[in-house]
Amino acid sequence: MGETSKISRYLYTVLILFIIWLFLTGSLDPQEVTIGAIFALIVGALTDEVFTERGLGNLNPKRVLYFTAYIPYFLWAMIMANLDVAYRVLHPKRPINPGIVECRTVLTNNVGKLALANSITLTPGTITLDVKGDRYFIHWIDVKDKSVEGASENITKPFEKFLKVIFE
Amino acid sequence: MIEVYLFLIAVAVILSMYRFFRGPTTADRIVAVDIMTTLTTGLMVLFALYYRRAIFLDVALVYAVLAFVGVIAFARYMEGGL
Amino acid sequence: MSIASIIGQALVLFGTFFYVLSSLGLIRMPDVYNRMQTATKSATLGSLGVIIGVGIWAIGEVGSYSWIPKTLIVAVFLLLTNPIAAHALIRAAYKSGVPLWEGSIVDRYKEAESSLERVEEIKEKLEEPSRGVEINE
Repeated sequence: MGETSKISRYLYTVLILFIIWLFLTGSLDPQEVTIGAIFALIVGALTDEVFTERGLGNLNPKRVLYFTAYIPYFLWAMIMANLDVAYRVLHPKRPINPGIVECRTVLTNNVGKLALANSITLTPGTITLDVKGDRYFIHWIDVKDKSVEGASENITKPFEKFLKVIFE
Repeated sequence: MIEVYLFLIAVAVILSMYRFFRGPTTADRIVAVDIMTTLTTGLMVLFALYYRRAIFLDVALVYAVLAFVGVIAFARYMEGGL
Repeated sequence: MSIASIIGQALVLFGTFFYVLSSLGLIRMPDVYNRMQTATKSATLGSLGVIIGVGIWAIGEVGSYSWIPKTLIVAVFLLLTNPIAAHALIRAAYKSGVPLWEGSIVDRYKEAESSLERVEEIKEKLEEPSRGVEINE
């Protein structure tokens, strides 16, 4: 993580808040934009300490590139997951094989861990039950491998190569 | 045509109500509430299009925020940490 | 009937299908954990479909582009918060003692919890003699 200057964090927070404001109002009227800018400056000064740790470092081109590549990959994984769920729900015999497995991750950053947990929850047959340090406890609807290494290979590896660049 | 979608989502909400009334444990009922609020958010967005009022989208957004906070509060309560 | 209306309707239909599927999953699955699996995932993808579909549909129906940013905000918010709510709920269900379905294969969480408890017991036993000495003094 390292030390980041107060100014960089403040600018990043103001930028994100202003973009959210533009989306919420949905207009480019000068009055709206002025009010939005004023409020973004005020709220940014109050919240930058809790909002971000790295400031403008988040906008590093490599990170942005990996993030844009992550979105279609994630959406595709989500649609596949849902077709899988549809098959399991609509099949008359209900082919499920559930259990709780343990995984390890190489991520150390808190935001990265949160993103990994959310991604796991939304993709094929897995839902995060608890996180303790680098150990993830995951409820898996169709257990293929009970060991820690095998489960990590199946569940966390595909996301880690993206999230490592984006958040580390 | 919108009426058909509204009807289908309403059917889905009623189906999840079955789990709400039936559910053997408290956790089942809260999961049913969680799904019902998500479905209701979608229903509100569709109603905004039905009445052609963009302001109803804000209602859906605030409803989603409140539902999220409510579900988290229920979960904390079940865990015994409230 | 413009192209935007058709694309929007297709997305809304797609989302509605997953909505109905999530409530079916809620009814059919055998225990809380599996219900959560099927219901949360389908409801989240269904919301993405319905809400963004409405945004695109509005271009053809109402003739305004200002719906898209707002619907995007609602959709992204649901996409970020639904998994967190599911995670909080499943942990609460486990901690409050809801049993796993009898067909479940493996439960690593229980093993980890019991080993942690054993470590704490041993620590307490190690601390006890020293505490006794302090009291005696």
